[in-house]
Amino acid sequence: MRLLEIEGLKVEVEGREILHGIDLKVDCGQTHVLFGMNGSGKTTLLMTIMGFPRYRVTAGHISFRGQDLSGLSVDQRARLGIGMMFQRPPTVRGIHLEQMVRLIPSRQDRDVEETAEKLNLSGFMQRDINHGFSGGEIKRSELLQLLVQDPNLVLLDEPESGVDMENMQLIGDFIRMLLQKDRRRTRDHCGLIITHTGHILDFVEADVGHVMCEGKLVCSGNPREMLEDIREKGFEECARCVR
Amino acid sequence: MREMIEDLKRRAQAAAEKPAAVGIDIDLAEFGEQPPGYDYRESLSQIRELDPEEMARTGVRLDAQERAGSFVQIDDTVVHASALEEGIEVMGTREALETYEWLWEYYWKAVQVDMDKYTAQVELHPYDGYFIHALPGARIIYPLQACMYLRSPRYIQRLHNIIVVEEGAELHIITGCASEHEIESALHAGISEFYVKKNAKLTFTMVHNWHPNMFVRPRSGIFVEEGGVFINNYICMEPVRYLQTYPTAWLRGEGAVARFNSMMVAAPGSVMDVGSRVILEAPGTRAEVISRAVTRGGEIIARGQIVGEVPGIKAHLECHGLILDRGGRIYAIPELDGKDPDVDMSHEAAVGKIAQEEVEYLMARGLSEEEATAAIVRGFLNVKIEGLPPQLEREIQRLMEESESKAL
Repeated sequence: MRLLEIEGLKVEVEGREILHGIDLKVDCGQTHVLFGMNGSGKTTLLMTIMGFPRYRVTAGHISFRGQDLSGLSVDQRARLGIGMMFQRPPTVRGIHLEQMVRLIPSRQDRDVEETAEKLNLSGFMQRDINHGFSGGEIKRSELLQLLVQDPNLVLLDEPESGVDMENMQLIGDFIRMLLQKDRRRTRDHCGLIITHTGHILDFVEADVGHVMCEGKLVCSGNPREMLEDIREKGFEECARCVR
Repeated sequence: MREMIEDLKRRAQAAAEKPAAVGIDIDLAEFGEQPPGYDYRESLSQIRELDPEEMARTGVRLDAQERAGSFVQIDDTVVHASALEEGIEVMGTREALETYEWLWEYYWKAVQVDMDKYTAQVELHPYDGYFIHALPGARIIYPLQACMYLRSPRYIQRLHNIIVVEEGAELHIITGCASEHEIESALHAGISEFYVKKNAKLTFTMVHNWHPNMFVRPRSGIFVEEGGVFINNYICMEPVRYLQTYPTAWLRGEGAVARFNSMMVAAPGSVMDVGSRVILEAPGTRAEVISRAVTRGGEIIARGQIVGEVPGIKAHLECHGLILDRGGRIYAIPELDGKDPDVDMSHEAAVGKIAQEEVEYLMARGLSEEEATAAIVRGFLNVKIEGLPPQLEREIQRLMEESESKAL
């Protein structure tokens, strides 16, 4: 079953076109990764799927489980089952992580306390959300919120950035949980992961890779092989290469 | 004594027409009605004039559960005063001044009788108010509750409170001030004088639940002696016509501490001019003045002043404001006055709208825009108040939440 389908998507930010016609299909149970240089439009694509008003769709469409998302607000999309791990989420003063988790309309009955403990977040539950959190702490807090939200389409923006080796395994384990990697035939979640370094692939197996260059998806294929090529030849080669 | 009283009357008379230093001038002639008298009640449950639910929102429990004592005044009449724990006394100020001659030493000392026409009013006309006395070394765990209720229209509720916390004592007071629903225009002029003695601690939490036609002019002064701690929490989230108050604390002994936390929400048509001033007069004294102002269309003037008189003091002032709707105004006026090179004083002020990025972040988790905005505003108002016993902290949290849910 197709969860996400994007066709001919063009997106403007502050009057400048960033995405110049994207086509992408993600099926239920799949994990896709997006490679690409900084500024190539990867985050713009995720933010557009989530529906942030700053990202204006000028052509094409996005559908989720067969439903056209155009005109739906961010919260409506979240309640349909789309969730996002932010790379640099804002600090919200006065709202503790625990309060935040309680505010989230949960689609699944999950033991928050136990999950927080496993994510080494017990000591952070009474702190203002993201206030003074390190890179790794932000990722773990984002994961806790997503696990409570339990979206079908999981959008992860550079889940490995700012995370040390020790925490990488933990974060990888929980991303696998979020993507239901322990299930095969009954898996109804899918993921779209932005990775700049490809490091996350050592912890989370992916089905399809894409390279984004200057607002276009220029190449798709086996993510491991693509990563090896990129590591060897750099993104410059991707820009030149037309398969 | 007679001379002292005559002198006070003379000064009050001279100030009878004196406008306040800030805020619009109110024509007192508009408030000439006389309120009726009320019978004294032995038990709080006999006070039928008060709505238990509304009182609970101002922190006053008519079942007196988890309270060290209670005081209730309706209009000008003390209808109930009781102390349930050892080491405290609660009574009407009139009765207290008749009972204790020494109390005159505390009468119009922390607030000047000729400050303005509102202080003068209180001295020149019959009034009451509460006298609360914590005896030396007394540690009162539960808060003492006081309710000032205004029921009659077109009159001036005058009151004079005196709170004395003796050496080494600890006392928590919750005062709820409220007025009858749909009341016609009325004025509340309340004097509060606080005396926190050596190594004593007083937390004073005041909830104001007025109505849109009310004019409110509280006048408060606080003396804190060596090692004493005064914590003031002020919550005002209901509409009011015009509120103006600027309590001043003098830290007179070494190591004395004052903290003011003010949380306000102004509805359209409301003006709230709320300040806090701390004069640090002794070495090692510390002060913190925090205000959180939210306007839904009303006007809030958030004043704050700290004065460092001597070396070795430390003080911080913080005014943060959120303007939720057009037509609202927040005017933050933080003032620092350092009189010695060796003072450590700072302030920060910020006024603006809710960060859209924060709203969208919460929306991405599935909260609607309204839910996200309300959660952020509640978080903004949620000042962490240091130094409270857990029971009182929970109580203040509850009061905040109830006020917020109604105001927002």
